[in-house]
Amino acid sequence: MSMLQHLLVRLRQGHKTQAYPKSLPPLPPRLRGLPVLDPSACSLECDDCVRACPSAALSLGEQAGAGRLNLDLGRCVFCGACEQACPQGCIHFSGNHQLASSTREALCVDSRVQRLEVELEQEMRRLFGRALKLRQVSAGGCNACEADINVLTTIGWDLGRFGIDVVASPRHADGLIVTGPVTENMREALLETYAATPSPKLVIAVGACAISGGLFAGHEEAHDGVGAFLPVDLYIPGCPPHPLTILDGLLRLLGRLPA
Amino acid sequence: MTELGYFRVDAPIPLAEIPSMSAEALEDAVVEAIAGGSRVASLFARPSADESLQVLAVLADPDTGMVATGSAEASQRWRSWMPKVPQVHLFEREMAEEYELELEGHPWPKPVRFLAGKGARVGVTDFHRVEGDDIHEVAVGPVHAGVIEPGHFRFQCHGETVFLLDIALGYQHRGLEKALLGQPGWRSVCLAETIAGDSSIAHATAHAQLVESLCGIEVPLQAQALRAMALELERLANHTGDLGALAGDVGYLPTASFCGRLRGDLLNLSAALCGSRFGRGLLRLGGVGHDVDAALAADISARLGRLEKELRDAIGLLWETPSVRARFDETSVLTPQDASSLGLVGPAARSTGLAVDARLDFPCGHYSRHPIDISTCAAGSVYARAWVRWQELERSIAYVQQLLQSLPGGPIVAAVGAERAVESLAVGVAEGWRGEVWHLAVTDEEGALSRYDVVDPSFHNWSGLAVAMRGQAISDFPLTNKSFNLSYCGFDL
Repeated sequence: MSMLQHLLVRLRQGHKTQAYPKSLPPLPPRLRGLPVLDPSACSLECDDCVRACPSAALSLGEQAGAGRLNLDLGRCVFCGACEQACPQGCIHFSGNHQLASSTREALCVDSRVQRLEVELEQEMRRLFGRALKLRQVSAGGCNACEADINVLTTIGWDLGRFGIDVVASPRHADGLIVTGPVTENMREALLETYAATPSPKLVIAVGACAISGGLFAGHEEAHDGVGAFLPVDLYIPGCPPHPLTILDGLLRLLGRLPA
Repeated sequence: MTELGYFRVDAPIPLAEIPSMSAEALEDAVVEAIAGGSRVASLFARPSADESLQVLAVLADPDTGMVATGSAEASQRWRSWMPKVPQVHLFEREMAEEYELELEGHPWPKPVRFLAGKGARVGVTDFHRVEGDDIHEVAVGPVHAGVIEPGHFRFQCHGETVFLLDIALGYQHRGLEKALLGQPGWRSVCLAETIAGDSSIAHATAHAQLVESLCGIEVPLQAQALRAMALELERLANHTGDLGALAGDVGYLPTASFCGRLRGDLLNLSAALCGSRFGRGLLRLGGVGHDVDAALAADISARLGRLEKELRDAIGLLWETPSVRARFDETSVLTPQDASSLGLVGPAARSTGLAVDARLDFPCGHYSRHPIDISTCAAGSVYARAWVRWQELERSIAYVQQLLQSLPGGPIVAAVGAERAVESLAVGVAEGWRGEVWHLAVTDEEGALSRYDVVDPSFHNWSGLAVAMRGQAISDFPLTNKSFNLSYCGFDL
């Protein structure tokens, strides 16, 4: 094969790195992003949505009004079952990809929540804002969250241009990006990896499993997420979250996106 | 009775019709069936009424497209069939671990998943040791250097040469089979999608087929077509990712970087279909949850057409580049004899020349009316495993394009009632991108699932990786590992 052939192929492949964050990449129209809850038409006799939910993410308040419909985005697997089950159309999964939050509590939303906030103290942003090295630990992840973290390192997303990299050793890392419900069989390895990471360090939980145990919550084989063992700085919901959701979370954590 | 019973894969098998015999007679029947070309789909135990165990052997018979089953009683002890049927080695270890059976005559009766509460500590077990001067041991994992699931590998090496590789898994064990017991429904489909996240469609399809067989439901044609399309899209994305990663592992960056992007674009086709890049939310019991109209079909077809050209360019470079061929050719060769005796499936088997493919052998749904050409290569090497993936990419693209031209239309989901065949064994099978996915379940007297058994292709194929590494340079392990690209969580369950 001639060098010419290589160059021709290279030319035809073209420039593929997205313009993001200058503009949003096209998202699939059927994407299930941030749910919009509107309980105004909700009937107090009906609990179809709660029964449809496969991960016990929904709960109903006893009174009508804003607090009637409550959704824990940390448990939600974004399957859309509740949207289909609701006879009144009270639940709608929007195309909004911004799901990350710096607190676990803020992920429990009702109809009043418009936007989830991501914060980090100034000193941590000063330290990591321009260069963040993360060690990934899969602790019972099914390889979907892992795959969409990995895709950020490809040329389409080019995570490196933001100064963020996934590194091979915890010794080289500024934090962990954890997936999976933390299986009992990975608990020790996760804790040792955390201990091997120099302080100060961040912990990022990606996906319903890592945040709450997801579909495996309550299993004796797992521990309902990384929060049971480590202080979490960023929660990124989804099953798995779209790569843009993950990147958006990371960039907002570092204060790299306009508010 | 000493003969196995033969049954269709798409209908429930009443437990009363499964021939029951002594363990020795069952072993003989299994040995005979394997000699005749069958392979072990599963061997699993379940507690029976009188507190002893019922062991069920389920063989896949490609000649008839049926499953052959038989059962035997076991209590406390199980005399291993492994000397005569090597491919049961992990199934027997699994049974012994789950039901605390004593395994007799098994060369390595070790835990498979280090189940909580059974006294084992993950990764702490007897590893194969080679003794002697200059022999050294390399231990890797559970946490690996990349964004990858955990597992532990022990190499016995002499210099660069690997004598033996022993693989200990179980770190990802989430209690999945247990969670699938009871009443199947939306939650069980979601769980099936997470058995191996990169094979969401394959596992959800196998699960749905199993339940539909128990309910006696005919899935609408349009839903069958969309399931097949999603399964092929899943294959396309993963094979593309693998070919890119193989290029990366030999330091050939053009294909590595092109394929990394192309894989994402292929995942986006699944997202166009159902909103999720991994096909989450597409499968429903009785059909699918999202339809494809003419406009979406045209859009997917056009995008796939562009991607095909780019894939041809990106991957074509591999076969012509001497530095790539020098690393791929004749590396980590697996013989068809080893592949067959270990019961390997999927591209790992087809790359040794074995024509093993559930789409051909057990065609379900769309595949039963629209056969797909399967791809084999006899070399058994890293090259062969890469080449088979490329062949499958081309054929899957052609298959999806054809399917998009001729979508049957009509309803996409059939109503699923609560009535299910009672006291029966049901199976579901799909050819995922790694190979055959088998789901098996036994129902109780009320039709609830009382035993669920998942067999991911990786369950068979990890042993293939270990054997392929024998006599190879340890520096070729990452490349060889990637050429199998097996699932940890699909194995650990």
